[in-house]
Amino acid sequence: MNKTLLATAVLALGGFSTSALADLSVAIAGPMTGQYASAGDQIRKGAEMAIADINARGGVLGEKLKLEVGDDACDPKQAVSVANTMVNKGIVFMHGHWCSSSTIPASEVYVESDIPMATVSTNPQVTERGLKNIFRIMGRDDQQGLVAGSYIAEKFAGKKVAVVDDKSAYGKGLADEMAKAMEGKGLKPALRESITAGEKDYSGIVTKLKQAGVEVMAYGGYHTEVALILRQAQAAGLQLTVMGGDTMTNSELVTAAGPAADNVMFTFSPDPRKNPDAAPVVEKFRAAKTEPEGYVLYAYAAMQLFEQAATAAKSTKYADLEKAMRGGTFKTVIGELAFDAKGDQKAPGFVVYRWQGGQYDYAK
Amino acid sequence: MAYALQQLINGLTLGAMYGLIAIGYTMVYGIIGMINFAHGDIFMVSAFIAVTAFTILAAADVTSIPLALTFVLIVSIFFTSAYGWAVERTAYRPLRGSTRLAPLISAIGMSIFLQNSVQLTQGARVKPIPPVLEGGIVLWDAPGFTVQIGWSQMLIIVTTVILMTAFTWMITQTPFGRQQRACEQDRTMASLLGVNVDRTISFTFMLGAALAAVAGVMVTVYYGVVDFFIGFLAGIKAFTAAVLGGIGSLPGAMLGGLLIGLIESFWAAYLWAEYKDVATFGILCLVLMLRPSGLLGRPEVEKV
Repeated sequence: MNKTLLATAVLALGGFSTSALADLSVAIAGPMTGQYASAGDQIRKGAEMAIADINARGGVLGEKLKLEVGDDACDPKQAVSVANTMVNKGIVFMHGHWCSSSTIPASEVYVESDIPMATVSTNPQVTERGLKNIFRIMGRDDQQGLVAGSYIAEKFAGKKVAVVDDKSAYGKGLADEMAKAMEGKGLKPALRESITAGEKDYSGIVTKLKQAGVEVMAYGGYHTEVALILRQAQAAGLQLTVMGGDTMTNSELVTAAGPAADNVMFTFSPDPRKNPDAAPVVEKFRAAKTEPEGYVLYAYAAMQLFEQAATAAKSTKYADLEKAMRGGTFKTVIGELAFDAKGDQKAPGFVVYRWQGGQYDYAK
Repeated sequence: MAYALQQLINGLTLGAMYGLIAIGYTMVYGIIGMINFAHGDIFMVSAFIAVTAFTILAAADVTSIPLALTFVLIVSIFFTSAYGWAVERTAYRPLRGSTRLAPLISAIGMSIFLQNSVQLTQGARVKPIPPVLEGGIVLWDAPGFTVQIGWSQMLIIVTTVILMTAFTWMITQTPFGRQQRACEQDRTMASLLGVNVDRTISFTFMLGAALAAVAGVMVTVYYGVVDFFIGFLAGIKAFTAAVLGGIGSLPGAMLGGLLIGLIESFWAAYLWAEYKDVATFGILCLVLMLRPSGLLGRPEVEKV
């Protein structure tokens, strides 16, 4: 009995190593299910297209890429177990996770197993812990909070502004940075509140905003709650402008909030769809009936980053990849990527956008 | 003052919905002495049925709002009652007469089953519907604050009042109500006197599900989004409402629901919004310590 077990184990191992030799496994991880699943969907579409393109060019170092998809549902516990599964699958590169609260614990697993990762999570703590394997292809909350907060202080000077967050790592971090930036420019928030994400009834807080005469809400959190707050604000006769972060790129906001979504402004990196170098890829996505909004092109760029780093290093070993990523400059669909010693992108730059009739564009 | 009035309207709307769901818990407890943990998920299923019905109507180009609402309510009540009946038939009736714990575990299993099957068939993403009932009326244009009541809030409160009146009439005046109360008091004796106990219990489940269906439609109209997980939180809150009001007591369930809605909105209004659940459950503990059978519950009398 024991021998049979051993034999099976050996066979399984043999099968595993041969399959690992044939292809290079790269992975994405994020909320494929749960209330933020639409972001996971964008990441998956971007990565699938990138891998198809890379494989059509002959793969990386002569080997074809294979995509592994991990679903953490933005739950930190599930994120760690996804990370362990991915390590067992022998991946050489990870694009993920999405929620900061998932990326932070999962990165501990990847760094132990020598796997480089490129993430779009924006909480400063992602790169502030001295981990060598993390590269952030998006800006940081302190940067986007500064841009959003300064914008509010300039454009809405003299109006009453409330700062609200959803108590998550991402939301609270962003809201704190926005409040700090506003106060730095001399606009003191009229209210500072927190809500519970995942609820449906926010009429209590909406009425509180109305009572305080708030016209602008600086919000740290995800788009699902903003949609509910806007709808309930409208029902309560409160005209509310919302300033949020990068998560407001999701078009689900428009479906759920209806026309009220036109009152949402947010910070995001300069629209990669407007990057002339990205035009052929953007065309390709549109031909495949996928609008390359939000995180789609970021996932595509993450895979390009891996391809170019591995080609430059002529290796997919961790030490070589890490050196190549830290030292090099990479030409991707979201523009040129280069990283500082912490792993933060050197020139992230945030721009303020506004939703208008179901599309977002730079705010005037 | 105007601010307090607005929060009162918010709290009543929320409380009416909790109350509608809470009645399902309290009725089932009253008649067979078990907590139907799947009830919150029945409510979630009804919201999904409502979304489906709204989508069908939108595809058929129905624009009359009263017509659409009536249609959606009827469809949702019908299918949700069928769910309530099926759940009782498959998960609880075979276990009647076994230990007290068995149907409880079966209920938790049923709750997980409903949640997961909706997640798998409908997807995990949030399902939004475009705003159905927009706008409202201004009640009071106080200086600095306008008190408004939305049409959907009004719909919720008015529907709840009508339903509660009809429901009280049904329990106190009709033959079914008499049978229901008889089963509640003593099932064996009731069956000896010719009451069809099984049928009465089935009907109780369907009635509870029907009220949850009304709440499901209201939630869909009011908030505009549903997902497979809404049953959990709503179920817990409604269950708390039933316990607070005194489980087994129908007016108690409604009172408990309203109280919880009001506590939530006033706590969020004057204190810290992030601690409102702590407040709700803290008050529940306090009430249970002082009145273990709830506000309107009768202490259980051991029958000899």
